[in-house]
Amino acid sequence: MSAAPAYSEDKGGSAGPGEPEYGHDPASGGIFSSDYKRHDDLKEMLDTNKDSLKLEAMKRIVAMIARGKNASDLFPAVVKNVACKNIEDPNQLIRASALRVLSSIRVPIIVPIMMLAIKEAASDMSPYVRKTAAHAIPKLYSLDSDQKDQLIEVIEKLLADKTTLVAGSVVMAFEEVCPERIDLIHKNYRKLCNLLIDVEEWGQVVIISMLTRYARTQFLSPTQNESLLEENPEKAFYGSEEDEAKGAGSEEAAATTLPARKPYVMDPDHRLLLRNTKPLLQSRSAAVVMAVAQLYFHLAPKAEVGVIAKALVRLLRSHSEVQYVVLQNVATMSIKRRGMFEPYLKSFYIRSTDPTQIKILKLEVLTNLANETNIPTVLREFQTYIRSMDKDFVAATIQAIGRCATNIGRVRDTCLNGLVQLLSNRDELVVAESVVVIKKLLQMQPAQHGEIIKHLAKLTDNIQVPMARASILWLIGEYCEHVPRIAPDVLRKMAKSFTAEEDIVKLQVINLAAKLYLTNSKQTKLLTQYVLSLAKYDQNYDIRDRARFTRQLIVPSEQGGALSRHAKKLFLAPKPAPVLESSFKDRDHFQLGSLSHLLNAKATGYQELPDWPEEAPDPSVRNVEVPEWTKCSNREKRKEKEKPFYSDSEGESGPTESADSDPETESESDSKSSSESGSGESSSESDNEDQDEDEEKGRGSESEQSEEEGEKRKMKKKKVPEGQGEGSSSDEGSDSSSSSSESEMTSESEEEQVEPASWRKKTPPSGKSASAAKEVSLLDLEDFTTPSVQPVSSPTVVSTSLAADLEGLTLTDASLVPSLLSPVSGVGRQELLHRVAGEGLAVDYAFSRQPFSGDPHMVSVHIYFSNSSDASIKGLHVGTPKLPAGISIQEFPEIESLAPGESATAVMGINFCDSTQAANFQLCTQTRQFYVSIQPPVGELMAPVFMSENEFKKEQGKLMGMNEITEKLTLPDTCRSDHIVVQKVTATANLGRVPCGTSDEYRFAGRTLTSGSLVLLTLDARPAGTAQLTVNSEKMVIGTMLVKDVIQALTQ
Amino acid sequence: MIHSLFLINSSGDIFLEKHWKSVVSRSVCDYFFEAQERATEAENVPPVIPTPHHYLLSVYRHKIFFVAVIQTEVPPLFVIEFLHRVVDTFQDYFGVCSEPVIKDNVVVVYEVLEEMLDNGFPLATESNILKELIKPPTILRTVVNTITGSTNVGDQLPTGQLSVVPWRRTGVKYTNNEAYFDVIEEIDAIIDKSGSTITAEIQGVIDACVKLTGMPDLTLSFMNPRLLDDVSFHPCVRFKRWESERILSFIPPDGNFRLLSYHVSAQNLVAIPVYVKHNISFRDSSSLGRFEITVGPKQTMGKTIEGVIVTSQMPKGVLNMSLTPSQGTHTFDPVTKMLSWDIGKINPQKLPSLKGTMSLQAGASKPDENPTINLQFKIQQLAISGLKVNRLDMYGEKYKPFKGIKYMTKAGKFQVRT
Repeated sequence: MSAAPAYSEDKGGSAGPGEPEYGHDPASGGIFSSDYKRHDDLKEMLDTNKDSLKLEAMKRIVAMIARGKNASDLFPAVVKNVACKNIEDPNQLIRASALRVLSSIRVPIIVPIMMLAIKEAASDMSPYVRKTAAHAIPKLYSLDSDQKDQLIEVIEKLLADKTTLVAGSVVMAFEEVCPERIDLIHKNYRKLCNLLIDVEEWGQVVIISMLTRYARTQFLSPTQNESLLEENPEKAFYGSEEDEAKGAGSEEAAATTLPARKPYVMDPDHRLLLRNTKPLLQSRSAAVVMAVAQLYFHLAPKAEVGVIAKALVRLLRSHSEVQYVVLQNVATMSIKRRGMFEPYLKSFYIRSTDPTQIKILKLEVLTNLANETNIPTVLREFQTYIRSMDKDFVAATIQAIGRCATNIGRVRDTCLNGLVQLLSNRDELVVAESVVVIKKLLQMQPAQHGEIIKHLAKLTDNIQVPMARASILWLIGEYCEHVPRIAPDVLRKMAKSFTAEEDIVKLQVINLAAKLYLTNSKQTKLLTQYVLSLAKYDQNYDIRDRARFTRQLIVPSEQGGALSRHAKKLFLAPKPAPVLESSFKDRDHFQLGSLSHLLNAKATGYQELPDWPEEAPDPSVRNVEVPEWTKCSNREKRKEKEKPFYSDSEGESGPTESADSDPETESESDSKSSSESGSGESSSESDNEDQDEDEEKGRGSESEQSEEEGEKRKMKKKKVPEGQGEGSSSDEGSDSSSSSSESEMTSESEEEQVEPASWRKKTPPSGKSASAAKEVSLLDLEDFTTPSVQPVSSPTVVSTSLAADLEGLTLTDASLVPSLLSPVSGVGRQELLHRVAGEGLAVDYAFSRQPFSGDPHMVSVHIYFSNSSDASIKGLHVGTPKLPAGISIQEFPEIESLAPGESATAVMGINFCDSTQAANFQLCTQTRQFYVSIQPPVGELMAPVFMSENEFKKEQGKLMGMNEITEKLTLPDTCRSDHIVVQKVTATANLGRVPCGTSDEYRFAGRTLTSGSLVLLTLDARPAGTAQLTVNSEKMVIGTMLVKDVIQALTQ
Repeated sequence: MIHSLFLINSSGDIFLEKHWKSVVSRSVCDYFFEAQERATEAENVPPVIPTPHHYLLSVYRHKIFFVAVIQTEVPPLFVIEFLHRVVDTFQDYFGVCSEPVIKDNVVVVYEVLEEMLDNGFPLATESNILKELIKPPTILRTVVNTITGSTNVGDQLPTGQLSVVPWRRTGVKYTNNEAYFDVIEEIDAIIDKSGSTITAEIQGVIDACVKLTGMPDLTLSFMNPRLLDDVSFHPCVRFKRWESERILSFIPPDGNFRLLSYHVSAQNLVAIPVYVKHNISFRDSSSLGRFEITVGPKQTMGKTIEGVIVTSQMPKGVLNMSLTPSQGTHTFDPVTKMLSWDIGKINPQKLPSLKGTMSLQAGASKPDENPTINLQFKIQQLAISGLKVNRLDMYGEKYKPFKGIKYMTKAGKFQVRT
């Protein structure tokens, strides 16, 4: 029988007559029986020259294999076509497909071939083929685990791969084959962190959970200081608790407060991981969000864990299955870190349409979140839940009320009363659950609650639920001395109905009888004997046993005398109150988000989350060396700036080289031919059409970093002259303290930015040596010391020596001051005293924009004197100034004599008190007095500060509303280029530029001199020439004036 | 990771199975059926069921259980997320995801599933890539395939897999270039008996339908981006630019996709556009209860409220209801005790009301709980949070696209307790 008609019937005739049988799709099997003859067509297809046919044939084979069909008779054909031919096919997709087919054949014979193919593919040019190789590794491993060592080699090689495509798959393979080989990760750790944001979602999940384990083995616990303090508070004599808490967040604080104990400093790599995973909280994939959340929960300092709450709460809007998993994890987290979810309490309120399992989990979370302050709202909410139609849920609510009552002493009585009211509920289940909970609560303070016990005793007539009856009986027995009159009567009733009771109730009746016999034997002796006799003949052996046992204990007899003397102790021993606690307590020893955590049991293949190490392992193992020449070419390329695509670096992550970008740029520069030169896997994508985007992406992220790096380099430069200035001024001795404080201020503001650089300096000890200049670590900032990468356009550094200032020397060309902070000097010279009015003495002034040495709050003003008269002018000094309130002047030292035709310069400081009021003063010579006044433009009342983009945004966020002034303007054509805009703004106002990720937005920041309030300026230039200027400042007047001035400057 | 997938319909038949590693006997699903029986309702089946040798992770959508079998530790959300992605893909391919449709397209289903996972690890899950590999079935293509005997497997090599923009297929061409964005906001609220709001939140999404030629690079900016408290993005959105400028900058996938979902925090006061006046009372003595609901507009910003549907799960004791609506139609199912009242538009001059009596089981005591009222409604051309799109710019391509933005407010989980 020919196969064709049978199949066309099955498939609704997908194969026309006369056609080769390509149309049959074995992938659709499971429904159709397969016939080995059919493989002929697949062989035929494999032998054709057409790519598409080969591809299709292979796809079908994979499909068959995946279904567990025996494809072994296709083996020779596949191997012949695939392993020998296709694996060397010029098309990368065919190579990949071939490998996928080959690795899916579960026949042990081909293990060597497979191994060979994987090894070859692992060094393939195409990242897609390498990805497929990574996928093949676990397949081979499951086929033959003896290959482990060889496979680890391949994994090691692929881990070093720099493309996002491969990263996820190879980490997956790593997790399946050798999760214990943590040492393989060291060298790739930083790269993985940096690539993470561009990896596809599934890969992200796998990488994040692997990195969580890695970080637990390599870094110190960020909470160790806190926990140490908690354990032995007497040791905390260094500082207050608050200092300590701060210490967790900022390393500096910890370092200063705990000089004696080894201070905790977060490893920069630890920080890198936290920083690079944070944006992923915004992922659309719930799995990624959960992965980041668990990473933060397990790795972040306490102060930072809070960020995950918002994202987790967002997931609660998702499908109910997602909610279920997320709520389980939230429940565990909320026990440890209650404060984190407290603001979101209302998001856990229960809707009647939620599935029961979700309701119960939400209830668990609500209970965990309840505390002294929010308990009234929570209880009110619980009250509505009790009236729900969903009885399982009601029962859970009652349990929750019980837990709230035990945890929060203040509401215990309220809860108890509420529960007692529930006892009159018509629903038996509700009543029963209440009784059980009341029993637990009463155990905590039985004395006060005789009334409730009496009430419960009455209920025995009505309640039928065995558990509840048993609970009541136990309570009465336990506290029979509180209800001495009622207890015997209850026993009487129970004795009557004994035979009809459930087993647990019977046991409790025996129990009650025994206790009453011991306390009140006069009244109950007969009853007890009756009950015990009934129990003796019970059907249940447990009950018979119990009866026999009890009788021996309580009824004194000749033999058992010794025991019965202690019967009272046995039965009426004080019992500890039960602790009502969450079933999620201590679940966090499982890695959150894992299957094991969800099931609260170790699942197969679960990797324990290791404890933090006592001592941090050597961090230098993660340093990676990058050949220098690659970097050089990168730098050159970086100038061709494109828009950043998907940059992985936040503001401060400047030093991170986006690892995958190196080879790409290189390939670009080397005209796509140098695939063999340098790092082996480079220029892999030269044959593929998508290269353009790839490059764009690479370049985008790179150029951004280069910008940041450049800035850092400049900053570094800036710091050097400052240091010099400080040094020389301290030689002077007089004003040194203030000047050093000045430079400290600036360096402080830079501190956070520079921080990565400074720690880098510490970590790689070899980095300083001369030879190391060539082998720069991947993340190392030190590379700016190598001459080859010096930025070309660095302006000559002129020492802004304070000593020179003091001597009144002129810095004639203010533009020589190269600082990043004030790249341009302020408004040019202005006339203070005209030659004619000054009788030959002409005085000009200019705002030098240098910090005034005497007082940081003062604006330093350069005064230029020139004598155009024919007599020398003597004794130039400032006379008694008449100043508006607050404004003060630091006079310049007297100029003894100014010869005709000569000029001199002096520096004076004016504290304008953050206002644009003019400072009026007298300029005196020996003979004359001139009234002069200096009115500062608003832009001169501030000094630039350096901040990162993130800081800027943070600060801007604080200065909203009234403090924000926005104005629209149209930029003239002359004023469209970056350079001009920046120049104009900085000329108008003494502000420092803030790096910004986009090309058409400019940011500047400064502080007013007197009050030190921030002034933030944002200029958003749209392509059409329209622009929006925003100034955020506490000082609204200054803000408004600044806006006016800047607009004027820009539109002129 | 994911070993096998079983599709189970509501009557408990396994109508499709797919294995990526070795074959797992379908008897493993017995554990699932057991759990299903215990749960009584489909939505209460636990998503994770441990069995001696396997773990069953399931999602329930479109009245189908998608049960994944796994053997070793794996983040449960990973699997659940993937299963949902499978359902979304089916929906994308076939329009609806239902048992008959899956059975009709079983070939495509298998092909798609095969490409989505490789040895249990997700391979190609972006619908743009999948569509390049396997063409979605259309009537024309089915006819052509029948005649020529070809399959849905694409002829071209799927180059999209190699792209750094994996969500967008290459070589897209349209004669009409258009980009539409729908800003849809849902109000989740719980209103208590007295009409005061217990909790109210706005959850919004921006769904896009982008049909643009080539590789356009879009930026979307908002008038008031700071409203958005918490956002999650399609992978195409450049996070960095959002961080720095609050601008959505992206190369869009081709076709329909969800660009952004956001949350407007509960701290901001949420305008509740409707109110419900209710008077539902049971009396102890008589077997009749009174029932009266009126729905009216509150803060609607001058827009009409449409598509109003009131549903309520009545207590078990209610046998039947005799009601008269002033507008719209109502039904009461005496078996499920579900009351549903389709109102339609609300006319502020004449508020719709539903009045009448409930007949209760004779002799039974009055139910101690009052039903909660669930509300659905729609308001066109209004984003209740006040979010406004400022502008949409396109870079990278020369032509001028047609752009459109639509706003809509809907009720999400809107519940009134009585």
